[in-house]
Amino acid sequence: MKDGVNGVALAVFIFFFLVVTVMGFVASKWRRAENADSLDEWGLGGRSFGTWVTWFLLGGDLYTAYTFVAVPAAIYTGGAAGFFAVPYTILCYPLVFTFLPRLWSVSHKHGYVTSSDFVRGRFGSKGLSLALALTGILATMPYIALQLVGIQAVLDVLGVGGGSNWFMKDLPLLIAFGVLAAYTYSSGLRAPALIAFVKDALIYIVIIVAIIYIPIKLGGFDHIFGAAGDAFAVKNPETGKPRGSLVSGPDAQWAYATLALGSAMALFLYPHSVTAVLSSKGRNVIRRNTTILPLYSLMLGLLAMLGFMAIAAGIKVKNSQLAIPQLFEDMFPDWFTGVAFAAIGIGALVPAAIMSIAAANLFTRNIYKDFIRPDASPEHEAKVSKLASLLVKVGALVFVLTMDKTVAINFQLLGGIWILQTVPALVGGLFTRWFHRWALLGGWVAGMAYGTWRAYDTPSATQDHFGNTNLIPLIGEKGYIGLTAFVLNVIVVIVLTFALKTLGAPDGVDETKAADYTADAGDPGVREELPPATAGAPGGH
Amino acid sequence: MTEPPTRTPEEGGRKATATVTVPMIVAGVCLAIPFAAMLWVDSYSRLTPAFIGIPFFYWYQMLWVLISTLLTVVAYTIVRRHERLTRAREAGERS
Repeated sequence: MKDGVNGVALAVFIFFFLVVTVMGFVASKWRRAENADSLDEWGLGGRSFGTWVTWFLLGGDLYTAYTFVAVPAAIYTGGAAGFFAVPYTILCYPLVFTFLPRLWSVSHKHGYVTSSDFVRGRFGSKGLSLALALTGILATMPYIALQLVGIQAVLDVLGVGGGSNWFMKDLPLLIAFGVLAAYTYSSGLRAPALIAFVKDALIYIVIIVAIIYIPIKLGGFDHIFGAAGDAFAVKNPETGKPRGSLVSGPDAQWAYATLALGSAMALFLYPHSVTAVLSSKGRNVIRRNTTILPLYSLMLGLLAMLGFMAIAAGIKVKNSQLAIPQLFEDMFPDWFTGVAFAAIGIGALVPAAIMSIAAANLFTRNIYKDFIRPDASPEHEAKVSKLASLLVKVGALVFVLTMDKTVAINFQLLGGIWILQTVPALVGGLFTRWFHRWALLGGWVAGMAYGTWRAYDTPSATQDHFGNTNLIPLIGEKGYIGLTAFVLNVIVVIVLTFALKTLGAPDGVDETKAADYTADAGDPGVREELPPATAGAPGGH
Repeated sequence: MTEPPTRTPEEGGRKATATVTVPMIVAGVCLAIPFAAMLWVDSYSRLTPAFIGIPFFYWYQMLWVLISTLLTVVAYTIVRRHERLTRAREAGERS
């Protein structure tokens, strides 16, 4: 920012941005079905993606630009505590392996587009499905906003967008946003699926280069961790506490473990994860993906090392989110800085597109169709969803431009806590029909209220509110609030289910059968029940 | 506990064959091991032995990315075999 615009880096950045823009529009013709006007086509890419496309799509979806900026930034700020992202992404795959194939099967059999569709079908409760849909939309919006923050951080360090009046300042972001909105509108889920190839290729190249090149320049990992250890030992003059630590201290281990477990449970319940999973063409595509997606976790671990490198390189930034972009600019030659920034920028576009599609699908299926226009045709649904995806993105943009960045970060943190409260209905519902629908709603209310209240009451490292760990009642250790709220949620669900069953409260109608949860493509009864638009889709590998 | 009131013959068949076998238990254990390893933070919260200058805490957890992946591959192989056998048996019963 201080030394003006970095011309070479900017040119490389713009080049890659143009490439993916063209790809985004071309994507509408990729693996296109004859009848493209339905949510299965626009919102789920025809449910036709094989193992590798799903791998790129999920990788592009879950390991976002924000992740790439925020994880090393957390390490840069406090050390070991930020590394929980690695056990978190280790633990999510055994969980995925256990429950998502069941969700895929039942959704394929009944034509469910969102996870709330499933909950409505399983428990026969529109109210419960509405509650979960709202949770999903609410948790996704700030996440989209954070992707835009990621692009902003890169543009900041590049030296553009620093103009004096607000319009010039935000113009680059507005352009990026407009392009994103246009190709998502025209190509649907196919656009991020195709762009994800470029995004992931760039990210892998940048990280492999960074993890080899920067330590050589800085004199090896010994020196990097030595410098980081010294920096963390320095005590804050106000609180008298050291800045951070290289290992997770005895009083921080519960927090470390519960954050990893709670986040792992929540990750695949986010609407954008479900959308990507349902777009795959078979049960085993998902299972196979749990064996190849950890490659991204490994990359995330390496990426986290960049936080230590930023300390050793003497990077001093007021906003820790800028630490990694600044490290790249200081270390790399200009042209490669451009490649690295393009990786982060495109890394923001892919998830932003998928998230807006997922939120739009939730709105269309579980609010619009269920409550406003029950007779909506598939074409009409697709149209509503396209418009809703635009609205969601405009909302995120307004969020970023008018409010402080910390608001988006706070909401994203709350989003994680909220999403965890959908586990009993969603994951529980995949395995048992024992829970009562009203009990699930009661548990959800209790978990949401407790989680939000505790998060608000907990000071974080930089402000008085919105911390994510606090004392766990009865255990007396500090742990992730979302997980505590989840336990409370489950207790309420069990107690209320017993009570409601004793009272003989009416149970909803379950439209699913036990065999639906293990059905696979090609099974008798599965193929022909696919929505008509999908029938013509090529099933290429 | 509460199953849907009406049951098709096909569903009854699926239920009867969904037995718990030793390989399926092994698959479950494979999926559970990473939880024990990762949630027991005290077991790896130390600096030494370092690997090329990276403290134990970090390289050990990254190593577990690979170990848990291998465990998932084992579970996948077992589960896929199990599903194929179940399907074959059901097809046999139907004909």
